[in-house]
Order: sequence, then C-alpha cells, then structure tokens
Amino acid sequence: MNTLTLERTRNAVEWKTLCQRTDLVADSGVVAWLDGAQVALFHLPLSGGEQVFAIDNRDPKSGANVIGRGIVGTLKGELVIASPLYKQHFRLADGVCIEYPEQRLRVWPVRLNGDRVEVGLG
Amino acid sequence: MNSYSATSDTLQTLVVIGNGMVGHHCVEQLVERGALAHYQIHVFSEEPQRAYDRVHLSEYFSGRDAQALALGDIALYQTPGVTLHLGRAVLEIDRARREVVSDAGRLAYDKLVLATGSFPFVPPIEGAEGDSRLVYRTLGDLDRIRDAAKNARRGVVVGGGLLGLEAANALKSLGLEAHVVEFAPRLMPVQLDEQGGQALKDRIEALGVSVHLSRGTQSISAGSEYRYRMNFAGEDFLETDLIVFSAGIRPQDALARQSGLELGPRGGVAIDSQCVSSDPHIYAIGECAAWNGGIFGLVAPGYQMARAVATQLCGEDSEPFMGADMSTKLKLLGVDVGSIGDAHGATPGARSYRFIDESSASYRRLVVSADGKRALGAVLVGDNSYYDTLLQYVSNGIDLPADPAGLILPLGEAAPALGVDALPATATVCSCHNVSKGAICSAIDGGCSELSELKACTRAATGCGGCAALLKQVFEHELSARGVTVDKSLCEHFAHTRQELYAIVRVERIESFDALLARHGKGHVGCDICKPAVGSILASCWNQPIMDPALVPLQDTNDTFMANMQKNGTYSIIPRIAGGEITPDKLIALGAVAKKYELYTKITGGQRIDLFGAQLHQLPQIWSELVDAGFETGHGYGKSLRTVKSCVGSTWCRYGVQDSVGMALVLENRYKGVRAPHKFKLAVSGCTRECAEAQSKDIGVIATDKGWNLYVAGNGGMRPRHAELFATDLDDATLIRYIDRFLMFYIRTADRLQRTSVWRESLEGGLDYLKAVIIDDSLGLAAELEAQMQLLIDRYQCEWANALQDPEKLKRFRTFVNDAGGDPAIRFVEERGQRRPARAGELHLIPVAEELN
Repeated sequence: MNTLTLERTRNAVEWKTLCQRTDLVADSGVVAWLDGAQVALFHLPLSGGEQVFAIDNRDPKSGANVIGRGIVGTLKGELVIASPLYKQHFRLADGVCIEYPEQRLRVWPVRLNGDRVEVGLG
Repeated sequence: MNSYSATSDTLQTLVVIGNGMVGHHCVEQLVERGALAHYQIHVFSEEPQRAYDRVHLSEYFSGRDAQALALGDIALYQTPGVTLHLGRAVLEIDRARREVVSDAGRLAYDKLVLATGSFPFVPPIEGAEGDSRLVYRTLGDLDRIRDAAKNARRGVVVGGGLLGLEAANALKSLGLEAHVVEFAPRLMPVQLDEQGGQALKDRIEALGVSVHLSRGTQSISAGSEYRYRMNFAGEDFLETDLIVFSAGIRPQDALARQSGLELGPRGGVAIDSQCVSSDPHIYAIGECAAWNGGIFGLVAPGYQMARAVATQLCGEDSEPFMGADMSTKLKLLGVDVGSIGDAHGATPGARSYRFIDESSASYRRLVVSADGKRALGAVLVGDNSYYDTLLQYVSNGIDLPADPAGLILPLGEAAPALGVDALPATATVCSCHNVSKGAICSAIDGGCSELSELKACTRAATGCGGCAALLKQVFEHELSARGVTVDKSLCEHFAHTRQELYAIVRVERIESFDALLARHGKGHVGCDICKPAVGSILASCWNQPIMDPALVPLQDTNDTFMANMQKNGTYSIIPRIAGGEITPDKLIALGAVAKKYELYTKITGGQRIDLFGAQLHQLPQIWSELVDAGFETGHGYGKSLRTVKSCVGSTWCRYGVQDSVGMALVLENRYKGVRAPHKFKLAVSGCTRECAEAQSKDIGVIATDKGWNLYVAGNGGMRPRHAELFATDLDDATLIRYIDRFLMFYIRTADRLQRTSVWRESLEGGLDYLKAVIIDDSLGLAAELEAQMQLLIDRYQCEWANALQDPEKLKRFRTFVNDAGGDPAIRFVEERGQRRPARAGELHLIPVAEELN
C-alpha cells in the first residue's frame, strides 16, 4: 500500500510521493509507478551532496521497461544511466541519449522530503 | 499523391549482376554512399548463397561453414530499396530495351553493373569428366570435391599457381594424399622466380604434398591402383582418385558476348578507366572486366573498380582505375609466400639482391632500379615478416638505405625495419579498401582511440586482413606521436589496464570500488565499463558475496539479480546441473517449477536447462523452490565458470577409458563461482572420440588409458578456435594443479572481457611460454596461484541461497517499489506449447510517441 501526498509549492509544482527513502538503493536504481507511467529512481548519496533522479523506465531501443536496472556512471563528467540491454547511455539530467540524441527519455524533478521520495508534476 | 511516392517514382533502377566479393563490395559502397536516394538496387546471383569470402575458401574444409564465410552483414540485403535475387541467373541483356532477362521475367534497368567474375579454365583433355574434372571456385565446387573425396585416397591438382596450391591444401585437409601437377618448370610461375619456386617446392614437399613440374596432361584413362590415370608426355603417368583443375581463370563474359558489348583481346568486358563498357549504361568490374586488355585476378583491384563505379553512380568524383598493384602476400599450405611489383626483375637495367637459406628453404629477392635508389619488386618464400616494409619501399618510392641487402637479410638485433613514421601520408596501408596512412591519421584525429574503432571507421584491415599488423603499428605510432601513450586505460575513470588494476587490488588489499576509485581513479561515480570490471576483479581476488551492498551497484543487471535478462526485460534462470548429470527427481522438480511459473524451457548447449520468462519479483520465489529441491545457482549470468560438459565415460560407454562424469563433477564443483575476466567453459571426454567436444572449450580434458590429456584456450561461438594440447597423460592431482594455475594466471593477466582464446593469442611467447609458467613454474608463481585459487574455492557459497536468507537483499527483487505486481507491459503468446515474448505486431498496439516538454 502506498501513500500519495499532495503538496503545493511556491512554483506551483505539484509534488507526489512515490516511495520511501529506504526503498532506494544507493548508487543504483529502483522503479515506481506514477499515474500509469513507470519511473526509474536513481539514488546517488555522493560526497558532494545527495541526489535522486527520476527518468522514464522504458528503453526506446528494446521497448522493454528496464532502464531502472541499468548501471549509473559518468561519461565526460555527466551523470548517465546505461541501458542494461543494448548499453546506450542516457543523461540523468535531461534524458537525452548520448549515442542516439533523437532518443530522449522523460525526466521528472525529484526531491527527498524527510523520508519521502517526491516527484514533481506540472 | 504525397511527396514520398513522388520521390519513389523518380528512383532509377540499378541492376548488379553477380554477388561475389566484388559485386558485394560494390553494393556495400553504393548503400554507404547514399545511392538509395537515387536508385533501387536489384542484385542477381547465380549462386544460391549470398557473397562469401572466396579468398579463404579452403577454410570451408577446416571447419568454417558457408555462414561463417559469408561477407558483411545480411542486413545490407534487407535494406529497403535493395533486393537480392539469389540462385537466379541473368540469361540475357536486352540492351535495346535496357532490360535484363532471367527465368523470373524481364526487369528494366537504367544502369547495369556486370560483376560476374570468372570461371576456372579446364584445358580440353581427353577423358576428363566427373571426378577427374573437378574445379575449385565456388562452395558448390567444394561440396563436389568433398563428395568425390569420400572414398578417395589420393587427389591431384592440375596447376601450381596460387589457387592450385590452395586447392591442394583443401585436398590435404580432407585427408587425401595431395599432388600438384604444373605445366611450367616452377610453382607460381607468375609471382615467383626460379629460386623462389624451388624454395616453395621444397617446403611444400616437406609438408607431404608431392609436386610434379613440367608435366602436361595428355589424356586421362582408367587407373589400375587408383581410379584414374593421368598420362603425361612420354611413358610418364600418375594415378589418382580425383583431379581438380586450377589452371587459370577466364572472365565470365557470356552476357557481354550475347549482348554484343566490346570485349578485350583475351576476353573480358572491355572497360575504360571509369569502368564503363562500350555501352555507357553498362559498367563492368572485377574479374569479368578487361582494362587495357588485361584481367585482374585479385580482390583488391576488383574492390578498386567497385569503388570507382559506386562513387560515379552516387555523383561523387571518382578516382579513375589506372591498373592495380598485383603484389600479394599469402600463406599457402602454411608457407609464407610474397610477391611484390616487378618480381622477375623485368625492368631494363634492374639488379637483384638474393638471400637463400637452403637449410630452412627460405628465399628472398629484392629487385632494385639500375641506379640502386628505388626498390622495384621482391619475392619472399618462407617468411613474410619482410613484406610490409618492402611493399612500402616499392609502392611509395621511398629512398632505399645505403645497403639495400639489409632489407632481406635475416633480422638481427638491429633490424633495419622501415619505421612507420617514414611512410608518406599517401602510402596505402590497406589496399583492399584503399585506406592511406593519411586517412588513418585523420580518423585518429577525428577521435578514433581504439584499434577496433579505427577498423570500423576506415574499414582498414577488414578485407584480406594482410595489413592488420601494419595498421596496428601505424595506429600506435600515430597515437604516441600525438603525445598519447597508447591508451590502454580501462575507461575515463581509470588510467590503468585491467591487469594493473588487478595487481593494485591484490597488493593494496583493496576490497571496495570506492576505495579503488578514491586512490587510483578519477571522479566518484565510475561507469558501466569500470564498475563491472572492478566488481569482477574484487570477486576474483576476495570472492565476497556479490549481493553485498557495496558490490551490488557494480554489477550488470544479470549479476545484480543473478539471472539473465532477455529482450523483453524478463529473466532466465539456469540452475547448476554439474557435468550434465541429473536425477529424475531433480528433473521432475525443475519441471514442476517451470510449469508452476509458466517458464519457457530449453536445453542449453552446456547440458543444462534454461527457464525463461520470470519477472524480477518472481525470482526469489522461484529460487526458494529450486533451493529446496537441492539446486544451486548455475552462474549463467556471471563472468565465471559456466559448465563442465561431459560424456558418460567408462561407466557406461564401451569405448570410455576413464570416468569422465566423475572428473567433470570434481572440476565443476571446484571452480563454480570463480569470477574471471570473462566466462569460461570446461569439458571432459572419456576417450579420444571426444563426445564432450572438449577441444572447443577454454579448458578441455580428454581421457587416455594412462590418465588425462589437457587442452587449453579453445573456443566455440563466433570465432571458433581449437584448444591446444597442453600436457599429456596427467594423473588427477596434476591435472587439477595445472588447471588451478592456468585459470589463476588467466584471471591475473587477461584484459577485461577477454576469453582465454584471445588471451592466449596475445601472450608473447605463445604456448611455450604458457607451458613454462604453468608446468615448469618459470616465474616462481605456481604456489601463489594455487593458494589464490584455494582461497576462492574455500569462500564459495551459493549466491541464491545466501540472498534468500537476507530480507534486506530480497528487497531489491521488486519490479515496482510501490506495487507488489509485475510489469503489465510484458506480454506472452503461446507457441509450440510454451510461452514466448509477444512481438510488437502481435500486441495490436500502436506505439504512442509521447511529446516531450
């Protein structure tokens, strides 16, 4: 059973709770539902500051929902996720594929609010 | 009418007749250069197979099948706009109506390319028919030779040229006693001079092939000892069971004759330097074309012509065809033979340097100009390591050194090899694909930083492959000239090779990725190259459970979830079935689990059972049932031991001499879970009949009546390699000791994702070196290697059993963290009584392109 919390922010972004912080796996990904969309959540508890990214779970090349099971890394300094099937890389910041720039994954803003992992809509 | 069909109406039709190496290259070049924007291409092939590598035809008998010989990617002929008509001969060209006629009807063309190649010339000899009139050109010919060889003891090749010697090699590999009959007084009369021919003859005869020179076959009659008798001039004769003619080629110009195209003086479609025939709509390329009256019977000039035509048809500036370098470098029956430029010293005033070594039957000749400044040609027999340098001197007109003889003398300590920096930018490195040193340099400047990338981008060394060594030298030299020490870095985070990282991990006793990255790497994240590589090194050194939280993010999804991800995101499960031995109860248990979870079930090549179609969240339930039934993980997902295949051996088989299943179980249980640079496989055969196919494995063990023979570094798959005999008649303890050492030495020194076969080929010193290290302990490492292996074995545990006991670890096996269900997008359909992933067309869904904001 998951709890959905709605909250208004200054920027009128609607934040929706997807899961708890304890559901995340350090330096790796998990997948959560968001209104019928599959969102891959990557947790990077880096020394420079903790970060969480939310990106579409569907790999456009295979059509399979597997992005959340890829390996997180950096390429030329940018954080990327490598698809586990054909190994193409997507930038976590904006979802653009490094090898095939026409493939772009949807990304969502994410924040940790206490123990809640929240994704911004709108 | 929309604009798309308007465009397609304006497409012209281009017909290519012939799908040999040259015709194929032409299509490849056309598609690459964008010809499909202007033409729809129809390719007709008389042969039932698509283009294959005729240069390496004799490998058809040593294990390469038609599929492995096929050229390029089949996808080329599946490109929309390209149609390949296999097994369909063009019968006629109607030039007036511009149509080609085949038994499928007429097809109009705008442009036509003839690439019909050549056919073998068989001299008219009385009595030559059936098995006494075989030829050697197509796969069909080879099948006929193989059939004829079935009940034969001896085979003769008529013709001692390049193809004839290849054919003799083919007969030899079919197990026949091979003879070569040549009309001229020496072998390879076109390429070699007298001494060169003699040296080649000596070497070939030493290999058991008999050579008969200055013999013209007058007639063929029935033999007394063998099937046929070849009668030469005088009383001379030779008996044989089959005869292969390889006495030269003739251009296949029948269509040109039929349609009235102009021919060369000795046949062939006459072409100008644009490869255009006497009909401006028709081109001819390769061995069917006659340029300046001459036919070019090598693949490189054919490729040159193919490129000239492709560039013209695409509206690019094309380089005219102005003749070709007929230099060749070959390995005939395992003997190096090279011929460069004016090999016979026919240029007026030419002088020669010769080196003759009668003890090893080696011969080298260098032909220089009258003034001694330029190299004109060369002949090499026995050692082609001189070829690249000599070819560069000849083809690029490089000034000879003061003492040119040094170029062909045995390489002493101060080898006078021509440094690759001496090559001008115009020097051709790869003549098959016409790649110059300049083109290689600009590819490197354009960012090619790996040899494989360079090959893919320039295509250099992807034709005959003869320039591979030179290409590597140029590549490494150019990189270091750019201040890059040849970059063997694992990735952008570690400026170390895998071997170096392994040593660092071991010496500094590093047990985590973060520690290694902090001390020796860059950044603080890593990537999908270094993380799994380091994960594997850590496992190879310390063998900690891969599900430990610090190790989990390092692994590929397969290692993370201890199953193999398939194309639709589901996993397959392979429990260990050591040695392929399984009790009926366990087999039933496997079946029950598969049935309960509706898993697609297939037997693997490694004598195991693969269960497909499990979703992430189902894996723990499935495995808890499997573990309860007594199964362990099979590491089908890991870069680790897969299986030890075995035959039933002496326990059941009347031929078996040792208990191969027993030994397979010992080995599989010993090495299971050992992580290595890549996966590795073993097999144990109970006798020399080799039913377990041990010689195609990384480690193969074959029983003898005195013990075990050990083979190493074999491989199946894409690049098959026979394992090499490493040690013979070993007792059980010695066998295991050698395998321990071999595996650990491989784990220590191989590159990332390098199988034992490639690793072994990259070892300087080759098999002898490996034997010295493993058997004679030349590096004093043996005890250490054995101790390290023992540590890995002692720390083994079944990863699945381990994970199932830890709720924290099981938390990862959720398809969704906010829902207990599975992924509804995974759909199956039934086929042959089992489930398989539904294809896009079977879903009746229209993919929705989501708009991104």
